[in-house]
Amino acid sequence: MIKINDLHKSYKMGTNSLHVLKGINFDVEEGELVAIMGSSGSGKSTLLNILGMLDLLDKGSYDLDGVPIKDLDETKAANYRNKFLGFVFQSFNLINYKTALENVTLPLYYQGVKRKERETLALEYLDNVGLKEWATHLPSELSGGQKQRVAIARALVSKPKVLLADEPTGALDSKTSKEVMALIQEINKNGKTILIVTHEEDIAKMCSRIVRLKDGIIVEDKKNKMIKAI
Amino acid sequence: MKRLFDKDTWQEIFGSIQKNKIRTIITMIGVLWGIFIYIALSGSSKGLDNGFERQFQSIASNSIFVWAQSTSLPYAGYKSERNITLKIQDAEVLKKQVKNIKFIAPRIVAGVFGGSDGGNIVRGTKTGTYAIYGEYPEYIKIATSKIYDGGRFINQSDIKDERKVCVIGERTQLELFEEDEDPIGKFISINKINFRVVGVHKFVQGGGFGDDGDIYIPFTTFKKIFNTGDDVGFFMIAADENADGVKVEKDIKATLKQIHKIDPNDERAIGGFNLGEIFRKTMNFANGLTFLSLVVGIATILAGIIGIGNILLISVKERTKEIGIRRALGATPAEVRSQIILESVFLTILAGVIGIILGALVLYGINAATMDQTDFPYTNPTVPIPYVLGALGLMVLLGTLIGIIPAQRAVSIKPIDALREE
Repeated sequence: MIKINDLHKSYKMGTNSLHVLKGINFDVEEGELVAIMGSSGSGKSTLLNILGMLDLLDKGSYDLDGVPIKDLDETKAANYRNKFLGFVFQSFNLINYKTALENVTLPLYYQGVKRKERETLALEYLDNVGLKEWATHLPSELSGGQKQRVAIARALVSKPKVLLADEPTGALDSKTSKEVMALIQEINKNGKTILIVTHEEDIAKMCSRIVRLKDGIIVEDKKNKMIKAI
Repeated sequence: MKRLFDKDTWQEIFGSIQKNKIRTIITMIGVLWGIFIYIALSGSSKGLDNGFERQFQSIASNSIFVWAQSTSLPYAGYKSERNITLKIQDAEVLKKQVKNIKFIAPRIVAGVFGGSDGGNIVRGTKTGTYAIYGEYPEYIKIATSKIYDGGRFINQSDIKDERKVCVIGERTQLELFEEDEDPIGKFISINKINFRVVGVHKFVQGGGFGDDGDIYIPFTTFKKIFNTGDDVGFFMIAADENADGVKVEKDIKATLKQIHKIDPNDERAIGGFNLGEIFRKTMNFANGLTFLSLVVGIATILAGIIGIGNILLISVKERTKEIGIRRALGATPAEVRSQIILESVFLTILAGVIGIILGALVLYGINAATMDQTDFPYTNPTVPIPYVLGALGLMVLLGTLIGIIPAQRAVSIKPIDALREE
């Protein structure tokens, strides 16, 4: 599903150049649930941003489902993101003046799906995450766990090939974290490829594969016997 | 373009506008105020313009009045302080020697200008004192007084036959006749001489000349009754439409000075009043006012639109994260840009339309309040539709242009930076 070959990325910091990713080789098969681990500064977020086409790579190649991701301009990146990827963020990133349902319909809006269809589909996905009754509520009226579930519904509604989650449980207590992870595991069981960036060991253990980054290179990449979240 | 007519685009814009009510209202106030000022000001100046025009409509706008006073300089053996009286023969000389005179109406009056007493009018048991004018038919061509239906003004045969006919004023009619009585053909007594009423003139207030009680009789009849010989009180002269009124006035005065042996440099002996000049100055003033209101209005609209741009710029900063989220979810730069610009244009138009409506209401209110005040120069305040549409068009254009700045700012935000911002 994802093929990354000799990926390099550096940031210019004034006259210095900060080499963040120093040759990453990394493949992900369809249906995997991968945890990308590393301490801060290891380059894990940069890797996720490049995978999410929010950032450009300097050197190397990136194929997503057989499509080479290169020569990205903003418009092309936006279309690829919309078509291929679903994002889940640590801080949920819901639009605060839109209801749960409206938030979930947003990716479909940018796909040009008709309003009626958008709402039916979004409601279906909200139901999947158990929040059908909360459809008309604003994010401020939802708990952290509920917000993250809305965000997951939003990430999935456009039927992406890959779900990218950046510390999805970082802002949640351990009980809610488990609930969210259980949801992610269930989505994975239905065949979705998911990448999770985390620094929490017990979250990583709930994934089927753990990739460890240190100083811009992969230091460990092993299969993991997935622990059920709940 | 397709995006412009897409219902979803507008729902997205309405959503964003509705959910930020205070921002929306504050943004709109600037433009609303601008267009309101523009409409109210230009409407009012048009009203004033119309008002001035109405004030002058009772008299031809290129008319000149000349009269004689006493000399201030000795000349040709005469001492100064000599009283000059204009004569009826002067009219013929003026007509011959001065170019661009269209009509000339010699007039003489009793009862105003501190002259002789007015006429004592008696009709049955009703009496009154009114100013009596000796008139030529030319008068009605210069002063555009209206004569009521069924009546007429003094004509050439009245002059020739020294007929005892008169045209009375609206007030005279009210005071001497019963309400439903037709005065035409009836007789009134002026200084114990019976005159037949041939017409009633409708007095237009604000004209600045005469009174609605004035009685007009033939010039020739006047001079017989009041024993004034060939004396003329003053000349009322209409210059040709496109003649230079100031030059005509100068020529007339020079000719009169020549006739009456007055020093050409004597500024006092012949008095004059150039209505055309006053009219022109007043109209220039009104035009200046219109122009000023246009400039002020457009400047205010401009300030309002810059305000919209400013607030949208701040709101883009405020919405950095939202824009980042939208970008992450697949909004293209073009979609983000067009949303911000459309928000700007939509706010501008909405504010503009409300401003136009409020401005129109205020104009309507002022018009209603001043409707009955005929001496207040304010009539029918309107803003021509092309001006309104022009202002709207200008607003759309400027709203788009000013929207480009925050839109560009929004597009330049990298989704990754926007999402990192906490």
